[in-house]
Amino acid sequence: MAFNYKPYIREDKFPNIWCPGCGIGILMKAIIRAVHKMGWKREDVALVSGIGCTSRMPGYVNFNTLHTTHGRALAFATGIKHARPDKHVIVVSGDGDALAIGGNHFIHACRRNIDITLIVLNNMIYGMTGGQVSPTTPAGYRASTMPYGNVEPNFDTVNLAIGAGATYVARSTVNNPALMERQIKEGLQNKGFSVIEVVSNCHIQFGRRNKMGDQLVLRHWIKEREVPLRKAKDMSPEELEGKFVIGTFVKKTRPEYTEEYAKMVERVKGASK
Amino acid sequence: MAKRLEVMSGNEAVARAAIAAGCRFYAGYPITPSSEIAEKMAELLPKVDGKFIQMEDEIASMAAATGASLAGLKSMTATSGPGFSLKQENLGFASMVEAPVVIVDVMRGGPSTGLPTFPAQGDVMQAIWGTHGDHAVVVLTPGTLEEVYLETVRAFNIAEKLRTPVVLLLDEIIGHMTGDVMIPDDSELEIIDRPKPTVPPEEYLPYDDSYGDVPPMGSYFEYPFHTTGLHHDKTGFPTTNPVKCGALIERMLRKVFGNREWLEKNVEHYTEDAEILVFAFGSTGLAAEVAVKWAREQGIKAGLLRPLTLWPFPEKRVYDLAEKAKAVVVAEMNLGMMIREVERAVRGVTPVYGVLKANGQPIEPPEILAKIKEVA
Repeated sequence: MAFNYKPYIREDKFPNIWCPGCGIGILMKAIIRAVHKMGWKREDVALVSGIGCTSRMPGYVNFNTLHTTHGRALAFATGIKHARPDKHVIVVSGDGDALAIGGNHFIHACRRNIDITLIVLNNMIYGMTGGQVSPTTPAGYRASTMPYGNVEPNFDTVNLAIGAGATYVARSTVNNPALMERQIKEGLQNKGFSVIEVVSNCHIQFGRRNKMGDQLVLRHWIKEREVPLRKAKDMSPEELEGKFVIGTFVKKTRPEYTEEYAKMVERVKGASK
Repeated sequence: MAKRLEVMSGNEAVARAAIAAGCRFYAGYPITPSSEIAEKMAELLPKVDGKFIQMEDEIASMAAATGASLAGLKSMTATSGPGFSLKQENLGFASMVEAPVVIVDVMRGGPSTGLPTFPAQGDVMQAIWGTHGDHAVVVLTPGTLEEVYLETVRAFNIAEKLRTPVVLLLDEIIGHMTGDVMIPDDSELEIIDRPKPTVPPEEYLPYDDSYGDVPPMGSYFEYPFHTTGLHHDKTGFPTTNPVKCGALIERMLRKVFGNREWLEKNVEHYTEDAEILVFAFGSTGLAAEVAVKWAREQGIKAGLLRPLTLWPFPEKRVYDLAEKAKAVVVAEMNLGMMIREVERAVRGVTPVYGVLKANGQPIEPPEILAKIKEVA
């Protein structure tokens, strides 16, 4: 039987603002299915975002939803989670939001290992503002602010998250909604900071500038560059250049921030008795 | 009257009063001369089951404090000029989503990194107008240590009652000034909490103006709702409808300016027959108290208006006192910020003179006295 999304969406807010064929809707559905499988009540979940196309998602789903300032979603989410550690906090962010203006919050949320799940929809461009180059735009590809081709190297979201200390790190693409859902669910299950990158298509702003204005063409371009993690292990760095390695990179346990804080409170209160 | 005498600094008084006011969340970032507030909150909050966090930067501190406020906790952050500049982004967000937050700015010399360990009052315009767009904040400017304690409590009460950010504006002298403070017993303090919704969660609208200019505020998880920094309607969802957009901003301004009388609080000395009216706030206000007293001893009818609520500006009181005086003297540690506000309030009925200084040094009583004598 088909999954019933209706209890989780705000039907009166549709149609959404996303362009036809955008991958963000696929991610939104995967998040809903993952939350459903967790068995969480809608009112116990907060979905927080910053600014950008992906960040418009909280308006359409029936959780506690907060649409904040550009790049700052993780900082707001940290306040919410620290205030209510018994509740579930999810952050959705685009590549520009999470890795450029929000880069500092990104690495420190990883370091703190606070129990929040961050999903970065990487469409390799600033979509909402009209196709400017982002920290994940591949070198050589065009953007409105790189009209002659991008001369900057890009971030690897996964390596950044691993280096900064996230305890669950995974990547999927818009071509693998089932894998995406499974990774999000694993992220939600992880008691710590989880980073899930979803490589997606912005055929309007990224695609059209790079002769891939059809969503299927761009999704095929992504598909061609997907490499499963187990296969990537036998490939050289040169062979992996420009590829999207798909899979779960990190799944580990490390003390979680709100639990450590609670232990400290108990210790302080015990000592003062 | 159960009061106790304790020795503490202004910064410590802020932290102690915040706890007494019910503050249970603090997010901050180290910066001179405000860091002692964060240090004291880090010590005190765990003892009352509160949450402290040192964030990665000033922007994140303001964001985390706002997030915690939406999740139901009374929250605070503290900083100084350079950090206050960074907080303006999310101060505007807190204003827009109507989240109560107290922001302490312990002013130091500016602009930029300026004079980190020396006092100034150069952030007054930033406190009032720092974030972009039409908005209204409340700015409190205590002078004495007792005032710091009580005005901190009042800052929380105003923030909660009006669902708005409140700026507690100190300067380096007040933050580091250490002395005896009469601390009132917690039971003597009036504590105001945010207006709570009376409807079931499924009927709750976060910006329902049918309740008046301050809609009831549910907390996340108890009253799930959507909110955004975009212009929004009573449901919290974005709108570009000009009628709704205009009404939102007008209501947010009315919340503050419509409560002028409740918000206004001044300390006055010898104003009943003052011929020379001195206007000064914060530590300069304390120096002005001495100057006015000396002037009186020398037979000059000087009086002092020292606002504890700097914004909304006490324009009617300033006008009424200025109208009866022959000169107004404004003393402030900047090169002319609040003097413009005083001139605007005085509307030319009385000449206004400044004692203005921005070199990291406090304005001392003889400097103010000299100006009083010059214009008397």
